[in-house]
Amino acid sequence: MDDDERDVVAALRRGDEATFRRLIERYRPGMLWLARRYVRDRATAEEVVQETWLAVIQGIDRFEERSSFKTWLFRILANRAKTRGQREGRSVPFSALDDPDSEQHAVDPDRFLSSGPRAGWWSSPPAPWGIPEDHLAIRELLDCIRMTIDDLPPRQRTVIALRDIDGWSADEVSDALEISDGNQRVLLHRARSKVRTTCGPDDDGSGA
Amino acid sequence: MRLRRDLTCRELVELVTDYFEGALPARVRRRFERHIGKCDGCTAYLEQMRVTIELTSRLRTEDVPSEALEPLLVAFRDWHADGA
Repeated sequence: MDDDERDVVAALRRGDEATFRRLIERYRPGMLWLARRYVRDRATAEEVVQETWLAVIQGIDRFEERSSFKTWLFRILANRAKTRGQREGRSVPFSALDDPDSEQHAVDPDRFLSSGPRAGWWSSPPAPWGIPEDHLAIRELLDCIRMTIDDLPPRQRTVIALRDIDGWSADEVSDALEISDGNQRVLLHRARSKVRTTCGPDDDGSGA
Repeated sequence: MRLRRDLTCRELVELVTDYFEGALPARVRRRFERHIGKCDGCTAYLEQMRVTIELTSRLRTEDVPSEALEPLLVAFRDWHADGA
């Protein structure tokens, strides 16, 4: 644990409410994303987050500081979310889309020449995509991205949200989801490709 | 026959996240960069993926609603009041 983390644990133990509030705010988005990986809906994920913080309040004195606070926190969360998901009878869904070993294309194969000396090269190359200046256009894009991510299979959604929205490292995400680095990258690539295809200027209907 | 033919566009688009993550073996990375250097389509594609990541990072979850925050603060206070 680094010093910042040690301070956090000490502050929680002595009842420092400002620190507790700051942690709730800092980790809430990531906690919701990870909980949703295992439970049915957003409302249940909210409940799991609340339960996790209550468990932190009661367990902080017993926390042995062998892992980081963040790792400990998200382990409690994942365990609770899994238990909750099982109770809901929600077997963790493994759609082919969400299986890193299934074959999928980032780009519709029809976009590439299938024969000739330039086989495998673009038949219709993508156009450049600049970020629009206009606020309304940006808002529409962000809405599209949010909806697309919401609709992704659970593991893809969790990986892209934790990596690209919440700023987690690759290692942190592989750890929290108990997947290999390679699978983490496959899921991330698939999720980003889907967002690009759905919300970009180059709608070629591929991705999924 | 050339031992290491160039990457095709179709192969390259599958490697973009590995490229960004620094996960490509050096030899593949060189082939990747050589292809990008001469292919406008893949240069645009790479840029589209960068824009996708940049825009996604602008999504922010809303603030903690007080109906979630307040009960936790109360529980925190109570726990420490009891323990004191």
